[in-house]
Amino acid sequence: MSQQSYDKQNPAFYALLVALIFMAVGPIILMLSTSLKLTVDIMSDTSSFFFLPTIHNYETVLCNVLWYEPQGLDYCNPTFGRALGNSLIIAITSTILTLIIGCMAAYALVRFRFMGRDTVSLVTLMTRMVPPAVLLVPIFGIWTFQFQIDGTRMGIILIYVAMNLPFVIWILQSFIVQVPIQLEESARIDGAGPLQVFFLIVLPIIKPGLAAASIFTFRIAWNEFLLANALSNRNTRTVPVTIVNSLTEYNLDWGVIMATGMLLAIPPIIFTFVASRQIITGMTAGAVKG
Amino acid sequence: MNTSLANRLTPYMFLAPAAAILLVALLYPLGYVFYAGFLNWNPSQRIGQAEFVGLRNYINLFHDESFRESFFVTLRFSAIVVSLEMFIGVGLAFLLDRNIRGMSALRTLFILPMMISPIVVGLMWRYMYHPTVGFFNRTLKSLGFEPMPWLLDGDWAFASVIIADVWQWVPFIFILSLAALQTLPQSVMEAARIDGANGWQSILYIKLPLMMPVLVITFLLRLIDSFKVLEVILVLTNGGPGLSTEVMALRIMRTATEFRELGVAAAMSNILLMMLLFLTVAMFLYNKVTEMRAMRLKNIAAEEA
Repeated sequence: MSQQSYDKQNPAFYALLVALIFMAVGPIILMLSTSLKLTVDIMSDTSSFFFLPTIHNYETVLCNVLWYEPQGLDYCNPTFGRALGNSLIIAITSTILTLIIGCMAAYALVRFRFMGRDTVSLVTLMTRMVPPAVLLVPIFGIWTFQFQIDGTRMGIILIYVAMNLPFVIWILQSFIVQVPIQLEESARIDGAGPLQVFFLIVLPIIKPGLAAASIFTFRIAWNEFLLANALSNRNTRTVPVTIVNSLTEYNLDWGVIMATGMLLAIPPIIFTFVASRQIITGMTAGAVKG
Repeated sequence: MNTSLANRLTPYMFLAPAAAILLVALLYPLGYVFYAGFLNWNPSQRIGQAEFVGLRNYINLFHDESFRESFFVTLRFSAIVVSLEMFIGVGLAFLLDRNIRGMSALRTLFILPMMISPIVVGLMWRYMYHPTVGFFNRTLKSLGFEPMPWLLDGDWAFASVIIADVWQWVPFIFILSLAALQTLPQSVMEAARIDGANGWQSILYIKLPLMMPVLVITFLLRLIDSFKVLEVILVLTNGGPGLSTEVMALRIMRTATEFRELGVAAAMSNILLMMLLFLTVAMFLYNKVTEMRAMRLKNIAAEEA
């Protein structure tokens, strides 16, 4: 298999491939094309494929964050621009925090023998399966009455970091195991402290693992609905919460709602194209080592 | 002595931030929800003011028709989606385990569905299931068929929700099984070919058994995740029509936010948590067993060499 020649396949195989690609990305393309249509085109039977694309729906959704004044909007939806900002701040901050904290913990679990190591390992495995729905009641109670951080972005960030830590610790462990220990030892001999070894030797080597972990963390923080819904107020709502709230309207404007959906889907899609190799490695590390 | 103490403290220093956050924001809430299950508690009270009712929430839940329904909806949903996804995902892995041009680009396209927010997956499919402007009924109409009541009828809605979930999660099984397939030892495959095994025989008697550890873990991971399903269903059907698609997570959310019965919602959460704990322990034990078996095989191989 080492020679780079490709096997010849029969035409049925390629037909199957095309069908599979169509099934995988078809719904996404449908969402994209609907988001570029006016309501007239969405309602019409004939313009499924032939229509004049317009960014009108995106202007409606983003009207208050655009640098120009959109012309001819039926209505402006100022909640979405704010939600987009909240989502970005919350997802990015919690990803960075989870990565730093999780990486340190994973390093400790792999490189040191110490009391309580197995307990910590078991706890991270067990907490990995806790669903957001189970956290809904206690998080509401604790965040509201004890910590009094409900309605703040920090409150949402804190729970996202906690939810993602077990998974990040788990997959980073399998990357850190592969770092040659001789490298660390020789740095030690040259007089580097444990923190220097960690930041200057270990972190650069496990970059692919960090990329995978950050994408998984970002994805969850960016997509999460239930806890953000319980913990946010008018000013700190994230995009998923805004979308679900707008679904209660009686006459859904499908063009606008698909534009919001596209905006929520774009960051994960970009990550997938930029780092699919890391994502797949991360998935396999997370499952096989799990 | 000072340095050895510092050395001994190093691991704890690295662990401290993670331990602090997990304690405060995960383990403490889990203890809290366990306790809250014994309370008659509504969102306007502090937890200390809530009345302690012992096991009453659990006993009431046992007799609660709609909670039982959500329990069975969840079980049915998980059983169907996970078996469908395993079947299709593993099957696709075998079909596409070939040396073809552009395989990595293909894999990128295939993992797109699982990267997209469940809320957006719900939106896309809700649009496609739309009675008049949706893709499915439009296609049926242009082919001369009657439109289908996708989300309007209990059984249809359940099937529709399953289709959306399968669309999103088949890639997960596919990617993991493909990775398992492609890391199978080439020498074993060669030996099987020389011994005259045909395609089906090598799949059934060699590839599948060798992939089994990965497949079991994939199955358990997916099963655990399918018990947590919420957003796709919330957007698609909001649990309806009736209670036909109301899974446990949705029931918990309803009970807490609409009915404002935090104690009851906590009791439901604990039941869901117990089910998941059971699955996780199963996964953990299976892992230990396969690890031990691999070690023993390695030892045998070492002795023979």
